[in-house]
Amino acid sequence: MDLRSRVPAGPIEQKWDAHRFEMKLVSPANKRRYHVIVVGSGLAGASAAASLAELGYQVSCFCFQDSPRRAHSIAAQGGINAAKNYQNDGDSIWRLFYDTVKGGDFRAREANVYRLAQISTAIIDQCVAQGVPFAREYGGLLANRSFGGAQVSRTFYARGQTGQQLLLGAYQALARQIGLGQVKMYPRTEMLDLVVIDGRARGIVVRDLVTGAIHSHAAHAVVLATGGYANVYFLSTNAKGCNVTATWRAHKRGALFANPCFTQIHPTCIPAHGVHQSKLTLMSESLRNDGRIWVPKEAGDRRASNDIPEGERDYYLERQYPSFGNLVPRDVASRRAKEMCDAGHSVVPDGHGVYLDLRDAIQRLGRQTIAERYGNLFEMYQRITGENPLSVPMKIYPAPHYTMGGLWVDYNLMSNLDGLHVIGEANFSDHGANRLGASALMQGLADGYFILPYTIGDYVAQAKLSPVDTDHAAFRTVEAEVRERTNRLLAVGGSRSVDSFHRELGTLLWNQCGMARTHRGLEDAIGKIRELRARFWKEVGVAGRGEDLNQALERAGRVADFMEFAELMCVDALQREESCGGHFREEFQTPDGEARRDDDRFSHVAAWEWTGEGKAPALHREPLAFEYVHLTQRSYR
Amino acid sequence: MSRVDALTHSLVGKKILMAVTGAIIVGFLVGHVYGNLKIFQGPDHFNAYAEGLRTLGAPLFGRSHLLWIARAVLLASIAGHVWAAYAVTRASWHGRPVPYKALHQVETTYAARTMRWGGVLILAFVIYHLLDFTFGRVNPGFVPGDAYRNVVASFSVPAVAISYLIAMLALGLHLYHGLWSACQTLGLNHPRYNQLRRGAAGALTLLIVAGFIAIPLAVLAGVVR
Amino acid sequence: MRLVLHVWRQTGLDAPGRFERYEIPDASPDMSFLELLDGINESLAARREEPIAFDHDCREGICGSCGVVINGRPHGPQRATTACQLHLRHFTDGQEIWVEPWRARAFPVLKDLIVDRGALDRVIQAGGFITARTGSAPEANATPVPKRDADRAMDAAACIGCGACVAACPNASAMLFVAAKVSHLGALPQGQPERYGRVVKMIDAMDEAGFGACSNHGECMAACPKEISVDLIAQLNRDLIRASIAPPREGKSWTGTA
Ligand SMILES: Cc1cc2nc3c(=O)[nH]c(=O)nc-3n(C[C@H](O)[C@H](O)[C@H](O)COP(=O)(O)OP(=O)(O)OC[C@H]3O[C@@H](n4cnc5c(N)ncnc54)[C@H](O)[C@@H]3O)c2cc1C
Ligand code: HEM
Ligand code: HEM
Ligand code: SF4
Ligand code: F3S
Ligand code: FES
Repeated sequence: MDLRSRVPAGPIEQKWDAHRFEMKLVSPANKRRYHVIVVGSGLAGASAAASLAELGYQVSCFCFQDSPRRAHSIAAQGGINAAKNYQNDGDSIWRLFYDTVKGGDFRAREANVYRLAQISTAIIDQCVAQGVPFAREYGGLLANRSFGGAQVSRTFYARGQTGQQLLLGAYQALARQIGLGQVKMYPRTEMLDLVVIDGRARGIVVRDLVTGAIHSHAAHAVVLATGGYANVYFLSTNAKGCNVTATWRAHKRGALFANPCFTQIHPTCIPAHGVHQSKLTLMSESLRNDGRIWVPKEAGDRRASNDIPEGERDYYLERQYPSFGNLVPRDVASRRAKEMCDAGHSVVPDGHGVYLDLRDAIQRLGRQTIAERYGNLFEMYQRITGENPLSVPMKIYPAPHYTMGGLWVDYNLMSNLDGLHVIGEANFSDHGANRLGASALMQGLADGYFILPYTIGDYVAQAKLSPVDTDHAAFRTVEAEVRERTNRLLAVGGSRSVDSFHRELGTLLWNQCGMARTHRGLEDAIGKIRELRARFWKEVGVAGRGEDLNQALERAGRVADFMEFAELMCVDALQREESCGGHFREEFQTPDGEARRDDDRFSHVAAWEWTGEGKAPALHREPLAFEYVHLTQRSYR
Repeated sequence: MSRVDALTHSLVGKKILMAVTGAIIVGFLVGHVYGNLKIFQGPDHFNAYAEGLRTLGAPLFGRSHLLWIARAVLLASIAGHVWAAYAVTRASWHGRPVPYKALHQVETTYAARTMRWGGVLILAFVIYHLLDFTFGRVNPGFVPGDAYRNVVASFSVPAVAISYLIAMLALGLHLYHGLWSACQTLGLNHPRYNQLRRGAAGALTLLIVAGFIAIPLAVLAGVVR
Repeated sequence: MRLVLHVWRQTGLDAPGRFERYEIPDASPDMSFLELLDGINESLAARREEPIAFDHDCREGICGSCGVVINGRPHGPQRATTACQLHLRHFTDGQEIWVEPWRARAFPVLKDLIVDRGALDRVIQAGGFITARTGSAPEANATPVPKRDADRAMDAAACIGCGACVAACPNASAMLFVAAKVSHLGALPQGQPERYGRVVKMIDAMDEAGFGACSNHGECMAACPKEISVDLIAQLNRDLIRASIAPPREGKSWTGTA
């Protein structure tokens, strides 16, 4: 199979406009004859569903939460990037494009990234019009901050709740369409499989999470906006429900999975505090603007932070990276923290953690200023840890946060399966091997508001689709398979909880396919995952019935998919014999311990094809050319 | 539904109706307590005042005309208030068919919780009160036109005086929450003055209730006889 | 620490429910309340019994999924804190804790501690939005918004739609939730054109859903994890009065509020 990225010809700044002109249009009268399924109601899904409905398409939208407003996007804190250059500090579409490609360590598709930067400004306009209460200056104009170590202030934010406000904007636009009857919303409904007819995605099979009933839905096109898979690590900053199920099932129906090993570990999260820990909480990166990161020089030093004299503290980031200091990119900051803790400098007894200390900032700017700047973060930290960051340094440690990998898509955001579009974090995205802060919200909304509505039209206008409804034999077969699988989970009848398996899988991946990876570790992990998967299907216990609200069953299904997906993640990590962005192979590093890319062998997207149970997945490569941003080794020293 | 319907049909609209009618009744009470206090100036003043009410607006209005108009407004207000109270109370009781084991309340006040039964009590009082002074049915020694004598006669019966006192307390509670609540319902709020609202409600309530209570007390104490 | 939980168990919609007693000998003060329920479910799984069903997702106090009544208080005893962010250090060793679902006609119990809050979505669908078709937006800085108004809008917009206000209200009224959205959109210039139509439609949908009437008890504010103020309820009432008796012409240029 050859991967056609469908990137239009011409100079990069004209590709998107030219492409929009070339795309086929659907006449207004005909739009209502087309039915589009949107799975997911996060930033990507909600914006897409609302925009498609506004255009006149018939839309069915699905989410597993009780309301579309609760999608995981709601948790985003920091902000959203846009090349508005309101600060007059030299930002531009070109700079955002450049920063994103470089930040992604040269593993993203240039044309997509450029388009993303182009669209970024329209997103802010759209959100403001919807009533998103972005932070403002006293003059009444929009405020910006610099985020994630960017050299310009291009991040728009709404207190510490940017994701929430952006999502509510999209949710309200969606709600309007639901009220008008243009969108049929299915909350508490989980997609469990994709239905492919004549090589085209024509529908999905879902489970009603309240009644347990299995249903089919047919459409002309299917859009997956189901988010990322960081929960494969069990402990992550993602919401508990985040899963790989929708994309994994699509993968098993023929969609290629790209760069699954590209995962982002966020450096500033609250460390785990025991066996009962159920998820990890992010502390916004902005803390690194004022906080200094350190550990005791003396390994195993158990003194209370404030008893450790200045001279015996190791501000290791400032020491190792004089120019960027505490603001080095996420992957670097995370890896260094791990190093320190592995070397015994952890500040969390029998755990992992380093200090993020605001003392100096408080002395410099005053308690008041710092309290105002990070008020809600401190409250959250204190609720969880019981400690007040204004008096004792915060303890932080990296945690899985975001996944750059996802289903492979072309320039039109369509996977290799015709009619299956993938947007938001669920696709392999524009972030290459590492995502810059405040760029995921931008991408989700760019996909949903301003790209998909055009490309879907182009697809349905061209593909001469035969009418198909859920009585079609293909739906019957897939439904039967879904039922069979559900019953199999209930039938195992073991006595070990789903969560305990998920925890075990997560720990394994965290240690062997997390912040640092090795050939031996990955091979070993693959063996262990297979063995764990076998035990799962023998020992897991799922109480209750299938025809009922059954949360254990929901989780079991998701964990079963994680178990299969985890193997592909390791296979991909094993294959990529280089270090780039979030993917760090210990064998491939510079003398001073930085990631060493191998552009000759690995300047490509690794897209994996499912070849059947127990068979090795087939690798397809989409070569990446860099015509506009010249390949350089990142250096932050 | 149309905008005006929203006012008449919606629960919020009914609350607004209650607030408005409540305010009208309060207005009456202020006048009423003021007039009633003339009782301390002796029978002549007091009866003159009662008589005055009837010749109010003369010669433009005939005898008792204006008074009847006022009574009509008052009656309508009470009726509207009670009707709306019944409607919102019913809706709220329907709002939670399965009760909690125990809902632990932290903000609300005793006054707020007793609005409903307190209101019923007040209604009962008003009816008795009219039979007492206006129609003289339950008044021990009713003499039409001699309001002073009627009041003294009635309050000289300790049981009656006491029940009046209790009714006044119920009224006080009702007003204390009611006046503040009405500000909320009518959207009378401003960051700068919000704190004052409860205080003001308390003060006005105190004036009205104290004024009313003074009379049965005075009769019991033999100051007014 | 040792805790005794009495948890409401109900097999399904309008099935009879009852409290089940669970004893936790070894809870840690660092656990969140939901992790406590996780723990019970682990042991239930070991005994092959059905776990306690409860809604949750972000566990960061922002998605609004979680919500149970703990000892008679929605989201539990700690102010401005959702159940998922409530930690056991706020309970005492050996304490008895009663856990119930939100109770309101508009929130039917689906199972155990899970209720259907779709009514809140329907209220938003009725008018809780600004009509701005994708692509039709003017340049973001074309309309300056006074910082004061932007901040007021943000305060109101912080609502996470958890429904604790309804659960706490002695009348099961949704006034605080509706007031929050009306005030958020009403504080911004972008929200003015639909301002008065919006409030009428939302209030209509609210009554439709079977919520009770507000009698200004203020319990909602006390339970609200985002500390939305009852002042916004006054604002909602004012907007309704304005909408009913003196509606300014739709699209009339913006003239501030409050
Ligand atoms: C704590 C945190 C903070 C963050 N902060 C920022 C930030 O400051 N800036 C930034 O740019 N990015 C940030 N991110 C990343 C960003 O929030 C996400 O990448 C982005 O919101 C993903 O949006 P989405 O629409 O693709 O997916 P989601 O928002 O995850 O939505 C997924 C949707 O799919 C549905 N779904 C999933 N599976 C199924 C299924 N099987 N069946 C039916 N429905 C399903 C879900 O119900 C949900 O509606 C942060 C992430 C985290 C975890
Ligand atoms: C101790 C306190 C009170 C005293 C001494 C008192 C006295 C009187 C008297 C003498 C009358 C007859 C007036 C007349 O017919 O000329 C009267 C009428 C009335 N009172 Fe009171 N009253 C008191 C409290 C109240 C209260 C608390 C209410 C309401 C809650 C009330 C409501 C009325 C009404 C509605 C009338 C009829 C008015 C009318 O017929 O025009 N009174 N009162
Ligand atoms: C002396 C006469 C009365 C006065 C001055 C009065 C005044 C008020 C006022 C100002 C309110 C506040 C309205 C709001 O919350 O916006 C109120 C509320 C109320 N009144 Fe009265 N009222 C009187 C009599 C009654 C009677 C006779 C009843 C019922 C039989 C009654 C029942 C109620 C109830 C139930 C409420 C609370 C409504 C709610 O908030 O849910 N009141 N009253
Ligand atoms: S107002 Fe407060 S309590 Fe009510 S839904 Fe919103 S956040 Fe929850
Ligand atoms: S508690 Fe209920 S009565 Fe009104 S003020 Fe809050 S909604
Ligand atoms: S789980 Fe999201 S708010 Fe509690």
